[in-house]
Amino acid sequence: MTDAFLADAVLSLRGLRKNFGGLRVTDDVSLDVLPGEIHAVIGPNGAGKTTLIHQISGFLQPDAGQVFLAGTDVTRLPPDRRARSGLTRSFQITSVLPGFSALENVALAVQARSGSSFRFFGHASGEETLNSQALAMLAEVGLAERAEITAGVLSHGEKRALECAIALAMQPRVMLLDEPMAGAGHDEGQRLIALMMRLKARIPMLLVEHDMDAVFRVADRVSVLVYGRIIATGTPAEIRANRQVREAYLGEEETHA
Amino acid sequence: MLRSSRIIPFILFAALAAIPLLGLFIRDGYVLSLISRVMILAIAAIALDLILGFGALVSFGHAAFIGIGAYAMGILASHGHDGFLTGLLAALAASALFALITGAISLRTKGVYFIMITLAFGQMAFYTASSLRAYGGDDGLTVAARSLVMGGKLLKDDRVFYYVVLLCLIGVYGLCRTIVASRFGRVLQGAKQNPQRMQAIGFSPYPYQLAAYVISGMIGGLSGFLLANLTEFVSPAYMSWQRSGELIVMVVMGGIGSLHGAIIGAAAFLLLEEWLSGFTEHWKVIFGPMLVLIVLFMKGGILGFIQRVTGGRHD
Repeated sequence: MTDAFLADAVLSLRGLRKNFGGLRVTDDVSLDVLPGEIHAVIGPNGAGKTTLIHQISGFLQPDAGQVFLAGTDVTRLPPDRRARSGLTRSFQITSVLPGFSALENVALAVQARSGSSFRFFGHASGEETLNSQALAMLAEVGLAERAEITAGVLSHGEKRALECAIALAMQPRVMLLDEPMAGAGHDEGQRLIALMMRLKARIPMLLVEHDMDAVFRVADRVSVLVYGRIIATGTPAEIRANRQVREAYLGEEETHA
Repeated sequence: MLRSSRIIPFILFAALAAIPLLGLFIRDGYVLSLISRVMILAIAAIALDLILGFGALVSFGHAAFIGIGAYAMGILASHGHDGFLTGLLAALAASALFALITGAISLRTKGVYFIMITLAFGQMAFYTASSLRAYGGDDGLTVAARSLVMGGKLLKDDRVFYYVVLLCLIGVYGLCRTIVASRFGRVLQGAKQNPQRMQAIGFSPYPYQLAAYVISGMIGGLSGFLLANLTEFVSPAYMSWQRSGELIVMVVMGGIGSLHGAIIGAAAFLLLEEWLSGFTEHWKVIFGPMLVLIVLFMKGGILGFIQRVTGGRHD
């Protein structure tokens, strides 16, 4: 907590470390997400990107190190408490509540931050405050017309948009995005990039992404993760120019391109 | 919305309310007693459906709550505390406590482990009851009379008792309907569909599942309290694991996750059992394959079948 540069960071990782058996999947990872920025984490397959997201969001406990949310140590909090504190995450594979309508999916996220859910009486579907906020979020991601559709039958792109609406409904202080472009078509990808650019002033993001074009377009800063360790952090231009990075990662990609 | 999900329960309750009136002509206490039993087990089946159908919690020890409710009534009565309200409150309190303790432990496990641990707790309750020498042990406990209402033997009349049970059934059904549609119910169903997503939204499934488990256990206790009153007898057999299995069969056979399907399932199960056992003592040989066929060919149980036949929407 004495770290000076913690002061204005929304999210800070300090010395995160995680082993799976003999394999070190997260190796002394420290980074910060500052207000108004998109901080991307890139790295080849198996670099430990998703494991890192799991540790930040609380689905995995790190063996060592700390996670600070706006200066508060949340390392020991379970995922639901972190979520309620404003640390919102997405999943690499779309994750919605398939049996509920799109509106109900978002209304549940509104419900999580507005009043107790230990209410056994009164129809949740009749709560106007929940529905109106949920509908506003669906409108923001262009799903207003699909509000009554069961989430399980939405198209892949619509599910991705629904996840965004759910995330927005939680009024996050910072968002963790786990490969949002995975499985997205070209148009959908463009829409997601536009959405990220529109939101980042309001909601800083930690973006884990495989799609290099997307990363270099939206990210303010980039960290490169190789074998669980961050080998460089800088602006997209700096990262592109970094020789170590080119050798470890980009060079390899470019020869394929 | 207005179709089967509202009409079927209405028809069910109307039919149940009409049966004793038919009895005026048949004059047969046996029918009243049989249908009372159906309704009492339907209450327990609804309790199970609340957590099984809406929470995906496969409790294989739910008969324990019937037994606990029944023993609470029987033990108190054997000490002379034979008031209706006393017995009912004791049954609810005892089953709530048992649900709280066993649920707090069981819900830390998932899937098959949850099934096994609830089965284990159910068996614990069974053997505990069997070892209660002072209260009949293996042989069970005969209760002198039905609970007294304001000191009077109001429930002695089978018809009055029947309607009390029916009111309890309607009350339990209404309560569970309300719970399912509430904020709490939404969280419970969300945790069934995708627990990881619920955590990411900010809900820890555990306290909600535990609360649902306790509510379900208490309703099971109510069912046991009524069963002890109906039969004027309490036995460890009420909480054998076969009974727990039968409750699951009732829920699945009737139509899981609908609440009124549990009533249909309980009725179908007990009436089939009654009917088939009239032909042969080996009725289970017929009953078993019938169950298999129902599960295989009637997706959504009997209720799902009715909805498909009547063209009602399936939800």
